[in-house]
Amino acid sequence: MDDMPLARTAQAFDIPAPSPASRVRGAVRLSQARVGDRGVIAEVRAESHPGGHGVGVEELQRRLLEFGFVEGAVIEVIHEGAIRRDPIAVKLDDMRVALRRRDAEDVWLTLDKARR
Amino acid sequence: MSQAAAAPARIALVGNPNCGKTALFNALTGARQKVANYAGVTVERKEGHATTPGGRQVSILDLPGTYSLRARSPDEAVTRDAVLGRLTGEVPPDVLVCVADATNLRLVLRLILELRQVGRPLVLALNMYDIAQRQGLRIDLEGLAREIGAPIVTTVATRKRGIEDLMTQVDALVAAGVVTGASSWREPTSSEIRIAHREAQRIMKACVRPPERPDTFTGKVDAVLLHPAWGLAILFALLFVMFQAVFTGATPAMDAIEAGFTWLGGLVSQVTPDGLARSLLVDGVIAGVGSVLVFLPQILILFLFIILLEDFGYMARAAFLMDRIMGGAGLHGRAFIPLLSSFACAIPGIMSTRVIDNRRDRLTTILVAPLMTCSARIPVYTLIISAFIPHRTVAGVLSLQGLVMFSLYAAGIVSALAVSFVTRRLFWRGAVEPFLMELPTYKIPDPENVARNLLLRAKIFLERAGRIIFPLMILVWVLSTFPMAPAGATLPALDYSFAGMIGKAIQPLLAPVGFNWQMSVSLIPGMAAREVAVATLGTIYAVGGAEDAPGTLASVLAGQWSVASGLSFLAWYVFAPQCAATLGVVKRETNSWVWPTVMFVYMFALAYLASFIVYQAAVALGAG
Repeated sequence: MDDMPLARTAQAFDIPAPSPASRVRGAVRLSQARVGDRGVIAEVRAESHPGGHGVGVEELQRRLLEFGFVEGAVIEVIHEGAIRRDPIAVKLDDMRVALRRRDAEDVWLTLDKARR
Repeated sequence: MSQAAAAPARIALVGNPNCGKTALFNALTGARQKVANYAGVTVERKEGHATTPGGRQVSILDLPGTYSLRARSPDEAVTRDAVLGRLTGEVPPDVLVCVADATNLRLVLRLILELRQVGRPLVLALNMYDIAQRQGLRIDLEGLAREIGAPIVTTVATRKRGIEDLMTQVDALVAAGVVTGASSWREPTSSEIRIAHREAQRIMKACVRPPERPDTFTGKVDAVLLHPAWGLAILFALLFVMFQAVFTGATPAMDAIEAGFTWLGGLVSQVTPDGLARSLLVDGVIAGVGSVLVFLPQILILFLFIILLEDFGYMARAAFLMDRIMGGAGLHGRAFIPLLSSFACAIPGIMSTRVIDNRRDRLTTILVAPLMTCSARIPVYTLIISAFIPHRTVAGVLSLQGLVMFSLYAAGIVSALAVSFVTRRLFWRGAVEPFLMELPTYKIPDPENVARNLLLRAKIFLERAGRIIFPLMILVWVLSTFPMAPAGATLPALDYSFAGMIGKAIQPLLAPVGFNWQMSVSLIPGMAAREVAVATLGTIYAVGGAEDAPGTLASVLAGQWSVASGLSFLAWYVFAPQCAATLGVVKRETNSWVWPTVMFVYMFALAYLASFIVYQAAVALGAG
């Protein structure tokens, strides 16, 4: 896996890309995952909500990568917040990380088994 | 290199947050440490001294924890610059000691790959090695050392194991004097981070065998503590216990300190001749020092809770639970801890906003922190409530006075959230910083480390608060002493002083909110610290011919003020920027006079508005 080409088209709008356009078939956004969903990270992108994270999308992508949200990592959603099920806590390989769903939109995962 | 023998070798501790770096620092240096700020920035600089088994003196710098040399906050920028040896006013480190949680190596391996590019001698301290062994985690130490190209020492900081080995390694590296050349480090791109992760993953696979008995405790505890309903209930219960402890637990110690200083003042009064010198000593110096020290018990209890919860691993969970709730007001989840501290005193609260990476998120938190009801307001609230709120119960069980106290606290919290909301909507539009936080595994706090950190916090509070509050108290003493009352004066001496003049001069301005001149005067010394207003009112009314009105100050006030004025005074104290020390700390933390000014103006405006509404409403209802 080399560096992902960035889908720039969605950057002009403060909305996620219109369809689950992951290059990996069947991948879903981490922001849509529910407690108990587990799988492998398929892609970490830099495109959703430019200007909506307090930092640029590329910076967010680097932070996600530095925290271990990297292609191939095993991930499981283990907790959800009380209000709108946000933020979420995930088990990422051996560590636990908390993040907001909004910042999790560009992390795509392939679920172990289709739950939904 | 003849100086090398004289100058101590410099080593810097680097590592991820929660790796036990501070515990290792404590184990290495013991009590030989000091805390200051880095030149020009408000990042805490912790330095300590130790001697290697070979007799070499070393100075050890405990750098802020980070996941990457690519700095995101002022703290992390210090770590990066210190490691790269380009921090102003700092001598570059001779040896880097990378501290790692042996049970959580994945991210730190990537950091080590970055550190290797820096080109300084490096040692890896595999900390919490006992936990790794208990879990049956097997690490091929020789293989790992070969892979990362640096010697490895296993340590258990809390039991002081491996400390000597580590110092021996450091000694050897210093003696070898290897300078591997110029730094080739630069900010990694996203693809370079990915490549580094794959390399780290490969090293993990080659050298680390997964634990046979992985930690299940954290998962079980989290199932309760992060439960959407139970989690919040437990958080609020914890806060409740904490406040109970802070406010009731500290009372005996605070009373003792107050009594001690009153006794000392009395003693000094007896041995010094009446006059200016005595007044300066008793009313200025002793009262000034006392006014700082009296908050120490509360601050110690508060910090004891915070340190215990932090070391246990709960604080990250609290931020997780509160993020959405605070996010609604435009605050970052991490603002929770600073705002919590502000209930004791806004000064430690504002100082602890350093954990917030983003400047706007941090400034918003700083600006609203003084709206949290700090303990200095309690004496004022207690006095006015006992003077004007009848002592009776409502709905059978609730004390009316207690309800008013509670609503004053609630008013502080609600207004803090409202101010933050408005700030983020009107002035700093845009999203708050991403919330991305490791939830560390739970650990039983180590008593020695807790005690050491608590002592450190106490020292920092006394030094910083003392340095600001003490001169201010002297200034207030000067204002309320000079010019002195003429001979044969009938009014209290304060009337003739600058404070009296200022109070009377601003009284017309405060008339619409129902303040008489005595109340206006009390606001001036109250700038030193809020609770000083109570002492001032005591002075004014005690000396001002109220001797024939027996009983406490509260009953005097009840006789002298209208209920509307009393309520207006309460409303004033919810918002008023009545604390020069807080403004001073904001100046230091933001490095500019702009933010203290903004804070003063907005809080003053809110105080005036709130008092005006309360007073006019109360008068209209017939309480004037």
